[in-house]
Amino acid sequence: MPDVVVGEARTRANGISRRRFIGYLIAAPTLVAAADLRAAQPARASVATVQPVDFYDLTDFLTDAANLTAALITVTVNPDGTASFALPRAEVGQGITTAIAMVIADELDLPLSKVKITLSDARPELEFNQLTGGSNSVHSLYDQVRIAAAIARGQLAATAATQLQTPMPKLALKNGVITAPDGSALTYGDLARPAATQRTRAVLAQLKPASQQTLVGTPQPRIDAMEIVTGTKQFAMDLEVAGALPTMVCRPPTINGTALAVLNQSQVRAMDGVTDVAIIPHTQFVPGGVAVRAATFGQCIDAIRALEVTWAPGPAAGKSDPDVLADLLGAELPMTPGLGQTLDQRFTFYFRPGDPLETNCAVADVRSGSAEIWSAMKSPIYFQETVAQILGLPVSSVKAHVTQGGGSFGRHLFADAAFEAAAISKAMGKPVKLMWHRTDNFRQGRVHPMCTSRVRVSYLGTNVLAFDQRHTSVATDFTHGLGEMLSATLGDLPEGDFLGYSQSVFTLTANVPYNFGAVTQLLNEVYHPPGSQFNTSSVRNIYSPEVTVAKELMVDRVAKAMGQDPYQFRRSFVRDPRMLAVLDAAAKAANWGKRMSPLTAQGIGIHHEYKGYAACVAEIDCTPATVNRKVENGYTGPRVTKVTYAVDVGLPINPLGLEAQMIGGIMDGIAQALTYSLHLQDGHFLEGSWDNAYYTREWNSPPAGGIQVIIMPPNQSEPGGAGEFGVAASMAAVANAYARATGTMPTSFPINHDQPLGFTPLPTVPPIPQSPTDGLQEAF
Amino acid sequence: MATYTFILNGKQVSVDCAGEMRLLWVLRDLLGVHGPKYGCGLDVCKACTCHINGKAFNPCSVPVSDIQPNDQITTIEGLPATVGQALHPMQQAWLKYDVAQCGYCQPGQIMAAVALVNEIRTTGRQITDADIDSLRNVCRCGTYPCIREAIVEAAADM
Repeated sequence: MPDVVVGEARTRANGISRRRFIGYLIAAPTLVAAADLRAAQPARASVATVQPVDFYDLTDFLTDAANLTAALITVTVNPDGTASFALPRAEVGQGITTAIAMVIADELDLPLSKVKITLSDARPELEFNQLTGGSNSVHSLYDQVRIAAAIARGQLAATAATQLQTPMPKLALKNGVITAPDGSALTYGDLARPAATQRTRAVLAQLKPASQQTLVGTPQPRIDAMEIVTGTKQFAMDLEVAGALPTMVCRPPTINGTALAVLNQSQVRAMDGVTDVAIIPHTQFVPGGVAVRAATFGQCIDAIRALEVTWAPGPAAGKSDPDVLADLLGAELPMTPGLGQTLDQRFTFYFRPGDPLETNCAVADVRSGSAEIWSAMKSPIYFQETVAQILGLPVSSVKAHVTQGGGSFGRHLFADAAFEAAAISKAMGKPVKLMWHRTDNFRQGRVHPMCTSRVRVSYLGTNVLAFDQRHTSVATDFTHGLGEMLSATLGDLPEGDFLGYSQSVFTLTANVPYNFGAVTQLLNEVYHPPGSQFNTSSVRNIYSPEVTVAKELMVDRVAKAMGQDPYQFRRSFVRDPRMLAVLDAAAKAANWGKRMSPLTAQGIGIHHEYKGYAACVAEIDCTPATVNRKVENGYTGPRVTKVTYAVDVGLPINPLGLEAQMIGGIMDGIAQALTYSLHLQDGHFLEGSWDNAYYTREWNSPPAGGIQVIIMPPNQSEPGGAGEFGVAASMAAVANAYARATGTMPTSFPINHDQPLGFTPLPTVPPIPQSPTDGLQEAF
Repeated sequence: MATYTFILNGKQVSVDCAGEMRLLWVLRDLLGVHGPKYGCGLDVCKACTCHINGKAFNPCSVPVSDIQPNDQITTIEGLPATVGQALHPMQQAWLKYDVAQCGYCQPGQIMAAVALVNEIRTTGRQITDADIDSLRNVCRCGTYPCIREAIVEAAADM
């Protein structure tokens, strides 16, 4: 690692000025502009920092890759006057169907209700343009769908001009109707067929100027809100596919174990409702175990609990939290030697679930010459191509349907359930409706990797000279095809070098939004996929929440060391005026610095990613009365009572949807800082239900009026990312608030992880618990 | 195997199955009623919340043999009919505040919220933050703050 610092620091001879430095030169992995230091500067001048993400970040990369096939993105105008668009992305609650419908409606001059969005089946020809990740969907599709819609609008207008015998400029387009000055009019429905072209030709797209957009930037409710509140929104397990009976899998007692033999197969096969029992080997793509197909899921549960299976242990057998921590410490890269005074601290972040509320699930119908699969997939092309290879079928014989997802948070970047359903359907020779049990979803599903993040801040007087961060993590699994995109776009990564992929993602996302002089942020990972001991994925916001928490806690600490207020300190050092604006907005709205009672405090966190800027102020209550309050089978602890979140995404498409994503991210930030993790013990995770894994519940969320999201006015021509952008700053703000309220900076997250276990772990054999029978006693 | 009869969303239904089969599977797998969602099967996440005679309960944790022939089971699909409207005020409030994100937990959230408001009403007082804190329904998208607003709004209209 080129962590070599060459240079010198000189203090002013008189020792009076607060500006202690007149200049230094530093050679480091990141460039440092020394000019700011050599010139005469005001006392608070900080040392400029420049990082790779200032020039090219993950958002740029994903969009560049997606744009390669932009010409294959089409908007269709139908004879019934509607426009339809098969969205080549997954909708998992992040609201992109609504945002994209708004963009199309705006460009087409159609009412929003007349734009019909479906989720596209896997289309291999789209290559890198059908991956849902990196909070990149709206950013990458914004121009693509606007151009397609604008071309359609132009063709409708040209056709109307001919039919109404009126020059195009004199036509008025509004709400799907084209009207001539004499009042004669045609609807888009009338024009849909006449406007169709016989041969493909290139035309120029005339995009609407921002001033003429009437929907973009206005708050719009979700287009599927009515289906949701009436219970008619269809998820994968609500589909009725002929012959696809409920199917579940009996899973191993250790992570990634393998079923060797079933000792009572015929007995289980004879149980009520059961049609099939089959061993499904564990592979890189298929978690596997012993699959059971039955008339109902309840009968699957009964059968799984009755199965007697011999297991080969998984590769993590015997491993517990301290073992992984020791491996992480051993892999930590060396720090850059400090300059001046230094603050040095390592933070630990335990495994945490990547569970959405809908468990992993898929419907599969694999026949001898074809296969059809339904699931909430974020990488459907990768799935389709890979499963075709596994099944020995041409890609064109595999249909991969993308269903609406009940959340994702990174879990659906991998189509684990789809691969597994295909394997089971093939093994049984029958269609299956595969659903994971919740307990399996926690214990065998993909997780956010355990990691450490060590920060060393070098400072002298009132300047920060250098900021070093060494992030050491169980490897994040990127083998879902992002790798192919990276090598295609950057062209410098050898095939099969998964370490290279994660390094690239880290480099394209990690940043220090402050002028902290020489900045180095380096990643090292252990337990690499494929075939790793742990199942990981890009859980919401990937590395950033942990990188940011470690960084922001140390920012508060260096501010304290300099005798500075955390907010004023950040004001002095932030690098970008957009960041300063969100910081000021959040601090002002939160009434930063107001008097707080003992054991309560405010805390700040800021974050830059996805072409946007975010600042969060959280208030926490750590008084005994709050911390020790009781909720039956629930975890309470400190309570975040107020969160103010200012966000600048450049161009907000749907402020209502953006606000929702920030609120969700804030709930994640609260959980991740205070309560939400998995305990690894002897090769398996102890948590098996939502009463064990403490994601934020209603009693942990701020009381009424406790959340304020401030959306900065548009200041860019393109939208940034939103889906993951609420997590990092809020987690950091909660951590800093906790540190300030208690007077102790937490160094291990979530802060309750090292406390005595608050639940009795469910058994691992049988792997899933029976459903209770006393539900009526709980009725209210 | 036996025949079990009850009233589902205002209509009498009968199913033939084992008595210990949990009602959630009777509803979803045998009767094809998909509003109540599976989230854990452990009476923890509350995604399957429905009403029995107007009270919230979780069919994942009730054997069908516990359901009596005159019991009124209401799922999200039958909620509007309980007030004789196209949508229940709680559903209206959910739309007004655009509560949902992925929507998977929301039928259960709405059913639990309706029962909570009705329960508080019998005590003759206004619903409070502490009352809403008692709701156990998990929303992994984190819509809790919007749920609070919607419940307070709907309580005024119920």
